[in-house]
Amino acid sequence: MKTDIVLAGVGGQGVLSMAAIIAAAALREGLQVKQGEVHGMSQRGGAVQAGLRLGDAPIHSDVVPEGGAQLILSLEPVEALRYLAWLAPDGVVMTAAEPFENIPDYPPLEDIHARIRALNGGHLIEAARLAKQAGSPRATNIVMVGAAAPYLPIDAAHLEAEIRERFRSKGADVVEHCLRAFALGREAGACIEA
Amino acid sequence: MAESTLTPDTTALQMLLGDEAVAFAAIDAGIAAAYAYPGTPSTEITECLLAEAERSGAFHANWCANEKTAMEAALGVSMVGGRAIVSMKHVGLNVAADPFMNAALTGLRGGVVVAVADDPGMHSSQNEQDSRVYAEFARTLCLEPGDQQEAYAMTREAFELSERFQVPVVVRLVTRLCHGRAPVLREPPRAKNPIDGAPDPRSWILLPANARRLWRGLLDRQPALADYSEHCGFNTLVLRGDDGGLGIITTGAGRNHYLENLPDLERAPSHLHIGAYPLPKAMIRRLCAHVERLLILEEGYPVVERALRGVLQSPLPIFGKEGGPGECVLPLDGELTPGTVRKALGLPPRPTVDPKQAGALPTRPPQLCEGCPHRDAYAAISELREELHDVVVAGDIGCYTLGALPPYRGIDSCVCMGASIGMAKGAADAGHQRVLAVIGDSTFLHSGVTPLMDAVSADTNMTLLILDNQTVAMTGTQPTVLSDARLGPVITGLGVPPEHCHVVHAHPKHRHEFAELVKREVAHQGLSVIVVQRECIVAARRHKEERRQQAHGEEANR
Ligand code: SF4
Repeated sequence: MKTDIVLAGVGGQGVLSMAAIIAAAALREGLQVKQGEVHGMSQRGGAVQAGLRLGDAPIHSDVVPEGGAQLILSLEPVEALRYLAWLAPDGVVMTAAEPFENIPDYPPLEDIHARIRALNGGHLIEAARLAKQAGSPRATNIVMVGAAAPYLPIDAAHLEAEIRERFRSKGADVVEHCLRAFALGREAGACIEA
Repeated sequence: MAESTLTPDTTALQMLLGDEAVAFAAIDAGIAAAYAYPGTPSTEITECLLAEAERSGAFHANWCANEKTAMEAALGVSMVGGRAIVSMKHVGLNVAADPFMNAALTGLRGGVVVAVADDPGMHSSQNEQDSRVYAEFARTLCLEPGDQQEAYAMTREAFELSERFQVPVVVRLVTRLCHGRAPVLREPPRAKNPIDGAPDPRSWILLPANARRLWRGLLDRQPALADYSEHCGFNTLVLRGDDGGLGIITTGAGRNHYLENLPDLERAPSHLHIGAYPLPKAMIRRLCAHVERLLILEEGYPVVERALRGVLQSPLPIFGKEGGPGECVLPLDGELTPGTVRKALGLPPRPTVDPKQAGALPTRPPQLCEGCPHRDAYAAISELREELHDVVVAGDIGCYTLGALPPYRGIDSCVCMGASIGMAKGAADAGHQRVLAVIGDSTFLHSGVTPLMDAVSADTNMTLLILDNQTVAMTGTQPTVLSDARLGPVITGLGVPPEHCHVVHAHPKHRHEFAELVKREVAHQGLSVIVVQRECIVAARRHKEERRQQAHGEEANR
């Protein structure tokens, strides 16, 4: 078993914490993990991509091979489309629907959404709305971890445990909101699958 | 032995960055000190070491003014018997090259390990130089890990080798390894060396008489270095009877991409993996005698490839990044990827979703944060440039390099740390009338003070803007070596005329006043320096959060 994931977004959106939560939960699951991170210049509001490779046998390359990813998990719809060359033909694109417009030539959003829907496995999640509903507008990335959960070779309980662990220092309220964000995302992701 | 909290758990795997694996290896190797200047992708080595030093108090660690001062401090540690690690990005080794090259001649006592992070693909750098070349230049050993566990093992071994052969040992890392996380197992720590302050001056005073003898000694040790490389476990050769005549040489992370694709090859080739240099020549000869053609997969410059091709006709075809028609199967620039290696192995590309389905996408380059103080400085520079069309602005390295992009287009050059000041001086010396240099506070302290001395001594007709955001922002808001309060005295102390030395606060409110000030100083026929101060907003946020947590902790302790 091997699951390659490309995580995408804009620097500052929380791509790295999304990767860290899934990676740590995969370790709890007993999987082998390689996680690529982005540091330095690209973190300043630029396009950011991180690879996450999970498997039950040794993983070699530090990056996801072209055509190897089963999942593109994105916090931003334009960014979700940037890495299709890494997606396996039967792969899934799961992205937050809300745009992050920090560039002058951002294409019409309906157009971008249509391109994502046109993909075989393309799914839009209203992550920002769900995060707000969960009580924590900043938890969009946690919603997306939830949305990805049905596609991950990881028990949802491990993901929840990891979220609890990561946010414990921020207080019980934050943990509560994050878990709700995760649950709402998970529901949204599972609906699609069915 | 009594249980100590410092004893690492040698049975538990930890998910570590390659950088962190290097750091923990240095700790377990018993370092007395760690030095560095922040630089992507090496920064997290020293961040990890600083955190551990603070936690355990077991060794000294600090950020330095630049890589040269870091390297020299490490030599001082070695001179009195201790072990030290110096970390830097690849171009940092250019700055540290003087002490690095000469360190190989001294009679190192405590081990000195130089962890250098190369950046093939230039994720966060201005070039793709390959540090293996430096190691050979200095006639020392280089270890090149392929994964995080190897980064740990090789860094530990590097300290032993440094002491055994009395040379600084290079551990060559690359971005993907530095910033990739994988499980790492630590080994039992080794005790620190005693510090005994008794160096043999004949091994440390590089006067020609000593240096000639020491150089001869280093040359005489070369066969021993080669012998190590030939027999160490980091270089492995597997010869197969059914390899179809194909031999593969991989180095460092090249092996990962090779193994990634290996299951799809009809026959497994014979394989030499090189993790330790100087080149294991006998192993290479054995491989070449066994196969009919050779494919070389190395990250960075074609170092192994060039050594093998030489000048004369090679007895067997070599495929790699250079060579004749049909022999170049990999690009000379950029990183190796599973895909490029796959192609070099003659395999068809994996099927993918058609990327054309994405349609045209706008690029999203990195940019200055909303509310960044540099935005105020660049707004003024843009205003100035619109008004006076002939202003040349020499830029420098940091977040503020992003002022090169629209809407500001605020700089005309960015070459290396500190170059803005020297280049502005050159442009002024050549007769250009309106010349600005723009540099950050940390870059100024790294490499800007000495060129400013040149400008002071000639009262050069230029204006220097120091964008003081009170941190090393680009690499993650590390503290600068001198606080902003101490920056002013450094500048006036160099002899910049006080009436042409200004300190102003960066703020959207003051943009116009600031532009006027710059205009006045650009008109002044001589040297002016303007320090523009306001803390980086990311650093400010971080400090606020730290204060909040501290207050929280104090409350909890009450
Ligand atoms: S990190 Fe700080 S200095 Fe860098 S762009 Fe953001 S605010 Fe400006």
